[in-house]
Amino acid sequence: MQTIRESILKKGRDVLNIYFTAGYPGPEDTVEIIRLLEAHGADLIELGMPYSDPLADGQTIQRSSEKALKNGMNIRKLFSQVAQAVNTTSIPVIMMGYYNQMLQYGAESFVLDASAAGIRGMIIPDLPMEIFEQEYQSLFESCGMEISFLVTPLTSEERIRKAADLSSAFLYVVSQSAITGQQGAFSEDQIRYFQRIESMHLSTPVLIGFGIHNAETRAIACRHAHGVIIGSAFIRALEAEGSLEDKVENFMQSIR
Amino acid sequence: MVTGFTQKESAFAVTQDGFYGEFGGAFIPEMLYANVEEIRRKYMEIMGDTQFQTEFRDLLKHYVGRPSPLYRADNLSKLLGFTVYLKREDLNHTGAHKINNTIGQILLARRLGKKRIIAETGAGQHGVATATVCALAGLECVVYMGAVDIERQAPNVARMKMLGAKVIPAESGSKTLKDATNEAIRDWINHAENTHYIIGSAIGPHPYPDMVPRFQSVISEEIQWQLQEQTGRDYPDYVIACVGGGSNAAGAFYHYLDDQRVKLVLAEAAGKGIDSGHSAATSILGSKGIIHGCMTLLMQNEDGQIMEPYSLSAGLDYPGIGPLHAHLIRTGRAEVHPATDDEAMDAVIQLARTEGIIPALETAHALAVLRLNAGPDAVAVLCLSGRGDKDLNTYLTYIEQHKIEL
Ligand SMILES: Cc1ncc(COP(=O)(O)O)c(C=O)c1O
Repeated sequence: MQTIRESILKKGRDVLNIYFTAGYPGPEDTVEIIRLLEAHGADLIELGMPYSDPLADGQTIQRSSEKALKNGMNIRKLFSQVAQAVNTTSIPVIMMGYYNQMLQYGAESFVLDASAAGIRGMIIPDLPMEIFEQEYQSLFESCGMEISFLVTPLTSEERIRKAADLSSAFLYVVSQSAITGQQGAFSEDQIRYFQRIESMHLSTPVLIGFGIHNAETRAIACRHAHGVIIGSAFIRALEAEGSLEDKVENFMQSIR
Repeated sequence: MVTGFTQKESAFAVTQDGFYGEFGGAFIPEMLYANVEEIRRKYMEIMGDTQFQTEFRDLLKHYVGRPSPLYRADNLSKLLGFTVYLKREDLNHTGAHKINNTIGQILLARRLGKKRIIAETGAGQHGVATATVCALAGLECVVYMGAVDIERQAPNVARMKMLGAKVIPAESGSKTLKDATNEAIRDWINHAENTHYIIGSAIGPHPYPDMVPRFQSVISEEIQWQLQEQTGRDYPDYVIACVGGGSNAAGAFYHYLDDQRVKLVLAEAAGKGIDSGHSAATSILGSKGIIHGCMTLLMQNEDGQIMEPYSLSAGLDYPGIGPLHAHLIRTGRAEVHPATDDEAMDAVIQLARTEGIIPALETAHALAVLRLNAGPDAVAVLCLSGRGDKDLNTYLTYIEQHKIEL
């Protein structure tokens, strides 16, 4: 089986990673949404573990997390939904959540159970790189679990290199110093920042996320990276009325 | 000599990477890294600067009104059967200990070149103290406050607005201190370059849980010489303080942390009772985990979802506790006693009637656990962290609902 990293490098450009919150909008929608996203051209799925206190997230993802928790979503359910989904899905599923969730589950069982369920990568924004290196890197490697770290416009070059080295899946380039869900056009500063990272010629593939909300921002970001991660914009699409099928299809059309 | 500002040898000092035993650290998303790292790199150097210390001391003296009195409460002592001193932080400008920290942090923010200040607040005391120093320094001020707390601490909301601060309600979760802190952190992520976040308690990512107690350590520094003057001995048998995040307690304990002759006692809010499902007694109901960027004790379910706490007191209505206190508790250095809403209210009325002092509802939790098993020669110092003006609405409503005869 290809790793996440290999699959991104193989496609090379225009990679599309779609985020949504597990258990949203309905408690049992996870499997179907993954299937639909794949059918409509997603290359990667980033599945959010809903959290009570998502510090890096704006209101859209806060709302979806709150709803998912009300729907009774929890980590064991998420694992079993992924286990079901991977029977019919060939694109990699990555899990995104906060470090406290991993700790309370028991860090080692968390990684092993996720791996057994078919989850291929993790994004844990508040897990410090140093602690990952000291405590978890060998565990992740032992079960083939990939990881991605985040960098922002304020991250130093040295630290970007370190994050890229430690990111076995891809480097997650946060498009601006802001929480998720921003909806403006890219500024010149942001473009210069994308170019700065491009010019570092990192061997780790790069995906740009946060604030990618339409075809235009997607296209611009794709000029400077292997692809993009879209989250809040997709959740907003899921918030609308209609069947899941229509919502996913319309959304995927809209970002073409 | 500003002792809290220098790295002294202490079994309870923070480690290089920000830990107190197994608690502490900085578990933050990368979006906050540059800011937190800048403070971590610079805070000891800035605070160690003589000019900084002079400015800090001058403001504490001439603006805040320090030293705050250490008052021997004879009537209360008679009732309890041992000697109680009240450390009168309620007499500080703005009415609580919170201003010791905001004075320090506004001076720090200036040296970091920040133009905009944000803060979270529960009871509104930290919000008022932040709005006050921002007015003084001429800096823009935005305070996040839970919508529930905006209701129950209305006088402080009005004060913040008069002082020129913008008060933004936090509408998520239980709409209290935890949620206000989330919103403040999100604001900081969105304004990383020009904004300093003045955290109001001994919580948050390292170095805040170390920095805030250093600013608050002026409390125990004064207790030492004031006790020496009044009793001929510079330490008490007990120091008692309420704990929300733990800033007044850390300040009152600071110079006694390594002095095993002094028993350290924390009072936490039990709300309607430990087992009622409406409580904020973190040390009893909590377990190890991460909240607001630090590893500490917090109230959470088995999935790591943070639980919504409850206390009548907005300043103690928080599901976590500072990492220093988690460490003091887990190592047995400090003991914690819960006090319910009702016990705190009894203590409010008792102090008003015996000593002519109406305390803040937070402080009343410390007064409520004051029935120590102490001998007649014992000397206890209680940190009277704030005054009760802000709570008058809550008090009057409670008194009416419980048909208490005044
Ligand atoms: C008067 C007073 N005491 C105590 C507290 C609790 O905070 P801390 O535990 O940081 O001292 C507050 C917080 O709002 C307060 O206003």
